[in-house]
Amino acid sequence: MMAWVFGSLVFWLAAWALNARLSRLSATWVRFFVPTLFGVTVIVVWEGMVRGFGVNPVLLPAPSAIAATFVGEIPTLWGDLVQTFFKGALSGYVIGCTAGVLTAIAVDRSPFLQRGLLPVGNFVAALPIVGMAPILVMWFGFGWQSKAAVVVVMVFFPMLVNAVEGLQASESMQRDLMRTYAATPGQGLRKLRLPAAMPFIFNGLKICTTLALIGAIVAEFFGSPIKGMGFRISTEVGRLALDMVWAEIVVAAIVGSAFYGAVALAERVVTFWHPSQRG
Amino acid sequence: MKSFLSILTVVAALIAFWYAACVPMNIHEAAIQAQRAGVDVTPAEAPERRKTGRISLALQNTGLWSTVFTQERPQLPAPHQVAQEFWKTTWGMIERGRAFSKRSLILHGWITLSATLLGFAFGTALGIVLAVSIVHSRAMDMSVMPWIIASQTVPILAIAPMIVVVLAALSVDDIVAKGVISMYLSFFPVVVGMVKGLRSPDAMQMDQMKTWNATRTETLWKLRLPSSAPYLFASLKVGVAASLIGAVVAELSLSSNGGLGARLLAGSYYGQTVQIWSALFAAAALAAVLVWAIGVAQKITLKRMGFAQ
Repeated sequence: MMAWVFGSLVFWLAAWALNARLSRLSATWVRFFVPTLFGVTVIVVWEGMVRGFGVNPVLLPAPSAIAATFVGEIPTLWGDLVQTFFKGALSGYVIGCTAGVLTAIAVDRSPFLQRGLLPVGNFVAALPIVGMAPILVMWFGFGWQSKAAVVVVMVFFPMLVNAVEGLQASESMQRDLMRTYAATPGQGLRKLRLPAAMPFIFNGLKICTTLALIGAIVAEFFGSPIKGMGFRISTEVGRLALDMVWAEIVVAAIVGSAFYGAVALAERVVTFWHPSQRG
Repeated sequence: MKSFLSILTVVAALIAFWYAACVPMNIHEAAIQAQRAGVDVTPAEAPERRKTGRISLALQNTGLWSTVFTQERPQLPAPHQVAQEFWKTTWGMIERGRAFSKRSLILHGWITLSATLLGFAFGTALGIVLAVSIVHSRAMDMSVMPWIIASQTVPILAIAPMIVVVLAALSVDDIVAKGVISMYLSFFPVVVGMVKGLRSPDAMQMDQMKTWNATRTETLWKLRLPSSAPYLFASLKVGVAASLIGAVVAELSLSSNGGLGARLLAGSYYGQTVQIWSALFAAAALAAVLVWAIGVAQKITLKRMGFAQ
């Protein structure tokens, strides 16, 4: 049994030595290889420690056990994913972000409202909005609609603040040029201010990807039909089936990263002109 | 002054919207109660009323509008109901000399606050240590930094119930279990901000340290850490808000010992909406005070350190 402990420790030291040496190089593949090796090391050490010390699987299951559960439970995990992510989080994300941007455009013509909205929005964005979940579950029932509502409330204010800031981002010189062209306010918005706001809007969209998943999952702790990632996590924790909980977390991690990656990719396409995308 | 007026307008608009929303939200319950009291309601039949939409029912029974703000268990309590409950469970409790009774929001707020501060302190410490080692070791930078960033695309709050249960099984104190989640949420902004801050001295200043033959430790203490202060405070503000959210969510799974999250959960079990809203406002007030306190500390410290304001 001690062989597992020593083996993983030796692997860790070897990987670390290799990483320390590789990090002095500056090839492109090194930039991907070094963090990957680090991730693999963490998993190997985890597996080694759990096996070596015989850690109770109720406390911390081994990565191999989690992987086995993951593969074995794919239909359940997929059902939970559809319920939580595609129905709850994604629809709420789309509604909330659209509402945020539209509100920002609506108050765009009134500097008075903007000055008031920015501090209020910033304040609300820092509040524990996720606490609204029990209220919204009470209003919209246990189905995915209530999860979408929680997500809408959570993403609205960060999105609003970013969009309002973005619409102010064009320079006065550029706005003057639009005026010289006799552009209507609508044209000015479409051709100058909205494109100039895109980096800010995408910043908000990226922040909101994580919020959306958190909102949908936490809202399920307050009541849900018998599927969904939050439901599964809370019930499996109650049954002490931690390997299933970890499998859900792996799903959440994959989906969260993929969602973020998709938005980041869209940002690359839309704001190709921005300095941060050209480097 | 001008922006104060704008903020006031926006807040007033929000409160007005809230009051207006109370009418359609509570009209069904108001109709039931009015009928029991012998008032005429249109439509008179309960099943038919249930099928009627909130807004059309509200328009048909304008006489009931005054009763929607005074219900015991409204779907949406009016702002003044929440304010009354908030007042009753905070200052009202102090007046009666029971500031730390089970019904007092002061007690629950204190429980949440202590877990928040514990997690925040450890999260900040962990963040600074990680940032210092990332700045000084290229291997750390390349291998750990991408994972720290990736860890934030994972909905970490989802793990809260598991961490809480595992730590409880290891017979750790509740406050530590909550603190761990707060820590996990608050360390990230600190790492990112501090890495930026520790790298903020420009090449000229670094060269100057080299000219003085300063060791890496001396450079850290005398140049890097002082110049990272503005970055640190900016991330502390984000971190403390995240830390509070972590504590509240942790209390959803650890509700036996109280806390604002436990109040939320209890309120949702028993349909006590006023209680939910007042707990929510207590959490909001707590977040506002914490962020404000760090803002004050930031102003004083940065002024003393001679950063241009």
